[in-house]
Amino acid sequence: MFTIDNLVQPETLEEAYKILTEKRNNTILGGCAYLRLGSQRIGTAVDLSKMNLNFIKEQDEYIALGCMTTFRDVEISPVLHEYFGGVLPKAVSNVVGVQFRNIVTVGASVYARYGFSDLITPLLALDTEVQLYRGGRMSLEMFLNKPLEKDILATVFIKKSAKKAAYQHLRKSASDYPILNVAVSNLDNQWIIAVGARPQRAAISRHASEELSKGNMTNEKIDHIASLVAEELSYGTNMRGNAEYRKAISKVLVKRAISEVLQWK
Amino acid sequence: MEIGVIINNEEVTLQVSADEFLADTLRTYGMLGIRKGCDTTSCGLCTVWLDGKPTLSCSILSARVQGRKITTIEGVEKEAAEFAHILAAEGADQCGFCSPGFIMTVLAMKSELKNPTEEEIVHYLTGNLCRCTGYAGQLRAVKKYLGGSLL
Amino acid sequence: MNTVGKSLPKIDAIAIATGKPVYTDDLVMNNALVVKILRSPHAFAEIKTIDTIEAQELKGVECILTYLDVPKVRFTVAGQSYPEPSPYDRLILDKMVRYVGDAVAIVAAVDEQTAVKAMSLINIQYEVFEPVLNFETAQGHRSIVHPEDDIYSHFDFGMNKEMNIVTSHKVEVGDVEQELQNCHVVVEETYYTQAQAQAMMETYRAFNYLDHTGRLVIVSSTQIPFHVRRILSRALQIPISKIRVIKPRIGGGFGGKQTLVVEMYTAIVTLKTGKPAKIVYDRKETFSCTTSRHAMRLKVRLGADKEGFIRAVDIEGLSDTGAYGEHGPTTFAVVGDKTLPLYNKTKAVRFMGKVVYTNKMPGGALRGYGATQGTFALESAVNKLAEKLNIDPAEIRLKNLIQEGETYSINVNTILRSSSLYRCIEKGRKLISWDEKYPSRELANHKVRGVGMAVTMQGSGIANIDNASAEIRLQDDGYFSLLLGSTDMGTGSDTILAQMAAEVLDISVENIIVNAADTDVSPYDPGSYASSTTYVTGMAVVRAAEELKGKILRQGAKILEVSPEEVEFNGKEIRMIDGNKSISLKRLAELSFIGVGNLPLVGNGTFGSPISPPPFIAGFAEVEVDRETGKIDLIDYIAVVDCGTIINPNLAKIQVEGGIVQGIGMAMYEDVIYDDKGHMQTNSFMQYKIPSRKDIGRLQVAFEPSFEPTGPFGAKSIGEVVINTPAPAIAHAVYNAVGVRVTKLPITSEKVLMEMLNLKEKSMQLLNRKEWRGKECNK
Repeated sequence: MFTIDNLVQPETLEEAYKILTEKRNNTILGGCAYLRLGSQRIGTAVDLSKMNLNFIKEQDEYIALGCMTTFRDVEISPVLHEYFGGVLPKAVSNVVGVQFRNIVTVGASVYARYGFSDLITPLLALDTEVQLYRGGRMSLEMFLNKPLEKDILATVFIKKSAKKAAYQHLRKSASDYPILNVAVSNLDNQWIIAVGARPQRAAISRHASEELSKGNMTNEKIDHIASLVAEELSYGTNMRGNAEYRKAISKVLVKRAISEVLQWK
Repeated sequence: MEIGVIINNEEVTLQVSADEFLADTLRTYGMLGIRKGCDTTSCGLCTVWLDGKPTLSCSILSARVQGRKITTIEGVEKEAAEFAHILAAEGADQCGFCSPGFIMTVLAMKSELKNPTEEEIVHYLTGNLCRCTGYAGQLRAVKKYLGGSLL
Repeated sequence: MNTVGKSLPKIDAIAIATGKPVYTDDLVMNNALVVKILRSPHAFAEIKTIDTIEAQELKGVECILTYLDVPKVRFTVAGQSYPEPSPYDRLILDKMVRYVGDAVAIVAAVDEQTAVKAMSLINIQYEVFEPVLNFETAQGHRSIVHPEDDIYSHFDFGMNKEMNIVTSHKVEVGDVEQELQNCHVVVEETYYTQAQAQAMMETYRAFNYLDHTGRLVIVSSTQIPFHVRRILSRALQIPISKIRVIKPRIGGGFGGKQTLVVEMYTAIVTLKTGKPAKIVYDRKETFSCTTSRHAMRLKVRLGADKEGFIRAVDIEGLSDTGAYGEHGPTTFAVVGDKTLPLYNKTKAVRFMGKVVYTNKMPGGALRGYGATQGTFALESAVNKLAEKLNIDPAEIRLKNLIQEGETYSINVNTILRSSSLYRCIEKGRKLISWDEKYPSRELANHKVRGVGMAVTMQGSGIANIDNASAEIRLQDDGYFSLLLGSTDMGTGSDTILAQMAAEVLDISVENIIVNAADTDVSPYDPGSYASSTTYVTGMAVVRAAEELKGKILRQGAKILEVSPEEVEFNGKEIRMIDGNKSISLKRLAELSFIGVGNLPLVGNGTFGSPISPPPFIAGFAEVEVDRETGKIDLIDYIAVVDCGTIINPNLAKIQVEGGIVQGIGMAMYEDVIYDDKGHMQTNSFMQYKIPSRKDIGRLQVAFEPSFEPTGPFGAKSIGEVVINTPAPAIAHAVYNAVGVRVTKLPITSEKVLMEMLNLKEKSMQLLNRKEWRGKECNK
């Protein structure tokens, strides 16, 4: 059973950050779905609900998602349906259920860097940046690879473009965590292939992506790229699947995602 | 700590601790239609509306809902009974333990989706687990309730 | 018929569906102590020291009990008729703990937080032993799960506890080895069925208090109030007469609540403190500290002659009953009892094997109760045999299955009085378009579809053991109260039993108040398990209603001053058949409570049967397999059911749909997994995935009624048989689609793909070798 001594709802990020860093066991609240599973002893829990951070805004160059935006907001957002083949709504729509998605937040999911995340994989295949209160703005990839420091992930930015993307996943049962997920994107022959739930968190298969971007799209080439992905990334074993199986299906899902993107004219 | 919330259209002041979840707070308050079926935010039995949106009260810290509107099945008696009759006519109430959470989700779906297809209905209701009915009878009831082109 | 056969809504439907407070945790008084259980972190250990002093001193803690504070008399928690065919191997708290989660201390405090805090202050030193975690190596393991001397069994089921054997079982007719030798074709295969969780939505909970005469009153979410009363009497060492058990609305059971799980903890707290106490298991405890289906290994040998008649069936089994043996012997017996009778053209049959103890959560009762495991093994083997003989799987069954009027192979004196299984198979075949689809069809996009089938039987109550009674009273307002001891856990049994009474009395169900179940008030009933309620309790209800009807006629005739043969009763009045004298039921009722010499009108009925008439199902599955990922989508599932007469079609249909989906869960999604230290990893809905709405495909249910002459209105049962066909039918469909025979449940995409790749590799090797040989030869 976890405990919280105190809960506050500050009005500004500055205030929130101040409280967060006051004590080691102060924390920001996301959807709390994971919080209740643990036995953390939290001092002050900081709730960002009063800061109007649940927005999806179309700006000139970017689409900005506030950290308190829920998965359900993403799922039904007209803007996110319009761009990138609607890959983000598609990806999050598989997560548990509507009520669950009304609670789980974009900010908490990205910040926690969950391996099983259905959101991080497609974000990685898009041109995504995150804005941290203290750490500033950086690419999602950089954020995922940098050491963890206490901060507040305030906004996720996705660069607008004519980029096409596709999302593939495999699950044992429909409302379960994915065994594996894949997102592939293409803009002017610049391809990105990202694989997540390996079970490790999503990563870009750089070498394969570069090879694919060299053009000359044939079925053999696509098969070859899929094999490169399976070789380049590492896969592990957990209750949902073993490494060998994940490797085998990564090839299939990558192939299918590439074909799907190619079909977008 | 003291929080002021609106429960079923009534302004209420409650004493909650910082780590108390809404499902427990509401049950203590007397909303016994809320059930807790799991520990992992997985089953949907505790579904309530927060500002009209279906959410899982087992994972919402009560302290966070200060000033917000909460609707439980006790607050939508008429609409719930209307659907419950259709459910009962199918025999799909069975043990009934998942029914209140299920009905709250169905009612929310009715407001949110216009003319949903069967696929959309199933998708919307996926977060509500049931072990008794095998889901088919519930779907029959929902289709009858929504009427129109699905019948 | 007016009421029986009608799809009436359940009498409790609106209240339970709209969240009215009618379940155990809604009824408990505010000041009840909260009881929590401190549990063993070790799979096998003995408590060396246990220090509760600091915990006891915590403010708000009312009592803490350890193995030193409980009676030393062993008992079983199995909900079965006395004398139970279960080993008495339990104590309320034991010095030895036998699985991760086994109870170590009972903590009662004013609220949950205090109880949890108190638990953290209890210090225990354990001596840890090497646990027995693999049921296949349990026999003769150097660790003995139950070394104690005081295990008691009413029956000798071949227990050898030094070898961790609970039961040695054998049923044999004819000479199986000889017959197999004579067979033209023999198939052999070993199957593994996994432990499965009941996963009912309402977890285990109970509360109790001492009433105005100092008796212990228990309100529990249980299927077995009378057994709970008796078991607690022994466990607590108090007279049965001091205990009352009440069962309110409960949120599902599926057999899980056919076992005493929580009641002893609150009971002993109340006895020690005098205060009311309650306990609510969370989902984690419900998954990992109660009971599950018994995991089993079943080796099947089937032999057939040239014409395709199955002449020999041999099943050898091993069952994992976990740390305690409550339902071990009985579920194992059911494996053979509810499979071998199906194919009665056999000359020899045998079912034998052992049930072993391991250091894991105990096996218990779960819908199907052994028949499910046996059906998976036997039907998979029959499908394998059909292929080997090159006979259509439906044809081989039509050729070999027992028909109505025939005798069983294992009990040659018993005649099968009702069966429409043949029609079920024919109908199912048509509904799924078997002839067009068998065995498989290729689709575009790497997909292939296959179809498969299986049949099953179960029982209706336990022959010669289940005995139920019912009482029906005419109340002074002309209404009736029906007193039952059966336990509606959502199935609607209260409703259908009222329908039966209403049919006999020619009244509407609305004129009947059902009271169930309260051991102080209800007539004796074993409880709702073993598919007994419709058949056994149902016949008791019919007899009670008929007796009451007779009394109404006689009493009415007396008042009208005519003979009973001259009157009839139409549900509203007793009137002369020829003549114009009549008296309303209401008036008759009123008069029966006034004055001298009038008896209130009550009907009693009791029923127990020497037979357990089997319901039957033919199940058909169509799957679509993705050749590249192994993913299996269930497209269609068709079940055609023979449950005798259908009392309430809607409720029967939902039983089938619900059971099929649980069967689909067992076939494809559910698995109970332990780590190498014996910790259950699948202890939440996050890890243990019961089917969601999207996982089930299209379900079609049809009925082929037969008429069971010994059952109420010709009815049999439906409660358990519904879960047995999906696993073998789906396994068969997957095999027909992609050539992969999954013999170890669940059937997952990983198993299918890896085996497909394996088979491909093997055939490539074979091809290479042939080519190489060919080249060699050509030199």
